[in-house]
Amino acid sequence: MADTRTTRSVIAPLALESTTALLRELVAHLRENRTQLREEWARRITEAKLLTAMTPEEVFAEATAVYDNYLEALETGSIEALETYARNLSERIIPRGVETHEVVGIVLLLRDVLARSLFGKYPADFSRVLDAYEPAANRIANTVAVGFVQERERIIRQQQEAIRELSTPVLPVRERLLILPIIGIIDPQRARQLTEQLLRGIRINRAKVVVMDITGVPAMDATVANHLVQTVEASRLLGATVIVTGLSPEIAQTLVNIGVDLGKMNTVGDLQGGIEEAERLQGYKVVPITMEPA
Amino acid sequence: MPVPILKQRDYLIATIQAALTDDDLKKLRDALVAQVGEFRSRGVIVDVTTLDVMDSFAARTLRDLSHMSRLRGAETVIVGIQPEVAFAMVQLGLTLEGVPAALDLEEGLAYLDRKTKRKTAAK
Repeated sequence: MADTRTTRSVIAPLALESTTALLRELVAHLRENRTQLREEWARRITEAKLLTAMTPEEVFAEATAVYDNYLEALETGSIEALETYARNLSERIIPRGVETHEVVGIVLLLRDVLARSLFGKYPADFSRVLDAYEPAANRIANTVAVGFVQERERIIRQQQEAIRELSTPVLPVRERLLILPIIGIIDPQRARQLTEQLLRGIRINRAKVVVMDITGVPAMDATVANHLVQTVEASRLLGATVIVTGLSPEIAQTLVNIGVDLGKMNTVGDLQGGIEEAERLQGYKVVPITMEPA
Repeated sequence: MPVPILKQRDYLIATIQAALTDDDLKKLRDALVAQVGEFRSRGVIVDVTTLDVMDSFAARTLRDLSHMSRLRGAETVIVGIQPEVAFAMVQLGLTLEGVPAALDLEEGLAYLDRKTKRKTAAK
C-alpha cells in the first residue's frame, strides 16, 4: 500500500513534467511552421465565411496576433495575458458587428488546424500528444469565448443604463401642465421608473394635468399596460388628471383584450388633441392675437 | 391619538398628524360624518401629508368616509398623498375609486370651492 502511494506520488509530477516538456516541444514545432499554419488558418476562416464584417487584411492581422497569443498561452499555461488580449480583441471587433459564433468558430478552427499539423508530425505518438495538447487548447478556447461574451454583456449593460437615463423626460409645457413623451419599448422596470419620475414631476410642478404621449411605443403587453393604468391611478391620487395620447391600433387592441377599464383612462387621438383637451380642463382658451391697426 | 377637526367656513379640515390605529381612523370617520350635519358643512378635507403608509383598512375607511359624507351632502377630498405612497397604493390595488384627491390643502380648498360653486350656480 505504502509503496504504491509513493510510486504514484513520484509518477504524477513526472507525468506533469513530461507533459510540460512535450507541450514545449509541440509549441516549438508550431512556431517553426508559423507562416504556413497561419495562412492555412486564415484560408479556412474565409472558407467557413467567418468574420465577413472584416477585410481579408484585417483578418490576417488579427489572425497573426491571435496565433502568437495562442502559442504563448499554450507554452506558459498562463491564461492571464490571453484574457487581457481577448478583452482587447472583443472591444475592437464587437463594434464591427462580429458575432459570438464567429469568435468561437475561429478559435476552434485554429485548434483544429494546429491539431492536424501535430498529428502530421507525431502520427505514432498521437494520443500522448493529444493528452498534452487538448486540455490546454480547450482552456484557451474557453477563455477567449468567455472573454468575448463578458465584454458583450458589459456593453449591453452600459447601453441599458444609458437608455434608462435618457428615456423618460417629464416636461412642463405651461403652468401646471406636464408632457411625458414615451419612446421605445417599455419593460416593467422602465414602467416603474417612469411612474416614479412622473409622480415626482407632478409634485414639483404642482401639475393638474399630464399628457402622456405614447406615439413612440410600438407594442405593449398586459403587464406594461397594467403599469400604465397604475400610473394613471397614482397620478389621480396626487390630484392630477392624465390624458393618454397616441395609442396605436395594436396597443388599443391590447388594452381592450386585457379588459382595461377605459372609463378611467382619459384618451385622445394625438398629442395636439391631448394638449387641447388639457387646456380645456384647465380652463384655458387659445385665441389668435388680433392684428391691431398701426 | 384623536385627530383635530377644524371648521373653516363651509368646510371641515382634518389633518392627520401621525400614524393612526384602526380605531382612531374609525373615530375620525364617525366624527367627521357627524360634524358635517352639525355644522352644515359642504366639504371635508382629509390631509394625509404625514402618512408614509396607507394600508387597505385606511384606504377603505377613507373611501367609506367619502361616500358617507356625500350622502349627508358634503364632498370629501383627500389631500397630500405622497408620490411613494400613491405608487404603493395602486400596486396594492387601493385606488380610492370615486374619491377625489388633490395635491395639498390649497388644491383641496380650490377643488371644493369649484365644486360647491357649481352646485349653488345650478340652483
